[in-house]
Amino acid sequence: MHGDNTTDYLLFLADSSLIMGQRLSEWTGHGPMLEQDIAITNISLDTIGQARYFYQLAAKRQNEKAGGSEVTEDTLAYLRDAHQYRNLLLTELPNGDWGQTILKIYFYANWQKLIYGKLIYTSDKDIAAIADKALKEVQYHVNWSSDWVKRLGDGTAESHERMERALEYLWPYTGEMFMETDYESPQFERDKDFSLDTIRKEWTEEVYHTLQEATLTLPQADTFMHKGGKKGVHTEYLGYILAEMQFLQRAYPGCEW
Amino acid sequence: METETRDITITDIRKLLDEVTDPEIPVISIHDLGVLRDVRKEGDTFVITITPTYSGCPAMDMITLNIHGKLRAHHIPHFKVETQLAPAWTTDWMTDEGKRKLKEFGITPPMGSKGSEDLINRHPPCPFCNSENTELVSAFGSTACKALFRCRDCSEPFDYFKCH
Repeated sequence: MHGDNTTDYLLFLADSSLIMGQRLSEWTGHGPMLEQDIAITNISLDTIGQARYFYQLAAKRQNEKAGGSEVTEDTLAYLRDAHQYRNLLLTELPNGDWGQTILKIYFYANWQKLIYGKLIYTSDKDIAAIADKALKEVQYHVNWSSDWVKRLGDGTAESHERMERALEYLWPYTGEMFMETDYESPQFERDKDFSLDTIRKEWTEEVYHTLQEATLTLPQADTFMHKGGKKGVHTEYLGYILAEMQFLQRAYPGCEW
Repeated sequence: METETRDITITDIRKLLDEVTDPEIPVISIHDLGVLRDVRKEGDTFVITITPTYSGCPAMDMITLNIHGKLRAHHIPHFKVETQLAPAWTTDWMTDEGKRKLKEFGITPPMGSKGSEDLINRHPPCPFCNSENTELVSAFGSTACKALFRCRDCSEPFDYFKCH
């Protein structure tokens, strides 16, 4: 769509975090207890905040290239349709029960931690600055969600059973995080140590360790994996999220609080 | 009547900005919080640089708005507010005065140095009775920058400003 690799990569990072945050925000007022309700909405706020920085940078780069000023963080978030969104399929999946949401956060936060941990060294100073900021926040998400994965997996018979089900459902959506697209490769080429394959190994090792502690069945690493999100091919769920999230700006263009 | 920019110094601007506080913690100024990074003069224009505490912190927009309000009310003709991400904000930038005011307000200031911390093994002192017999309730508190603790001695729940 935009044909610029860095902008596409920024949109991929932004879209993934925005959709993650938008989904998590559905828990607002519905958490199992007040403290955890607050925790999950804090995580939602963090990821939406990170998405904003990536959108702002993507908008700035697009405007510089086109010599205009019409692209903003808001036009990118509110006025693109599902096929233009690059988010990981994992982020758009329904929340399911508490256990399923927790496991999704754990998988995603762990991936973010590793990606941002590399991006802080990228030669693109603007991206490095956002990654540096986000990395500190994501560490809290990893700690919190891994605690919960262990607590529920190694909990009651029912919580264990639910976590097994969540794992079976979510696992085939984790592979996409490590499938390289054409707009990602140039980001990695610039930084010699950056490879998605290394990230995948580190991620799997860490996740297996937690799942083991949680007494959950370790899934096969080489099983079938869904893909498409990074290229704009989504599940049916994304359209519904966008319909709700974008309604106001579509119905009342330019509306402000 | 507009004041001439050349009569205004950076110190004057800093003094005015000392009156701009965090909207969530109204006792602490943006300088004490470490959010105000720089005030400089470019030609006729004062450039005020602020840095966000946490990415999603809704207070940032409010702080920008309050800076505009404060400087306009004092007839500062030319200024702009810029947001800067790098280097990322850390609790190390919070002044001692800021930490003292936080505690008085009922929030335990960040302990130790920056970096993610193991909250579970930490016992920040209760801001009310100073006891260190405290326990973590949740790593996420009433705002993005705080964790929720409970004092086992006086039974009061309290916010702890997380280290970053």
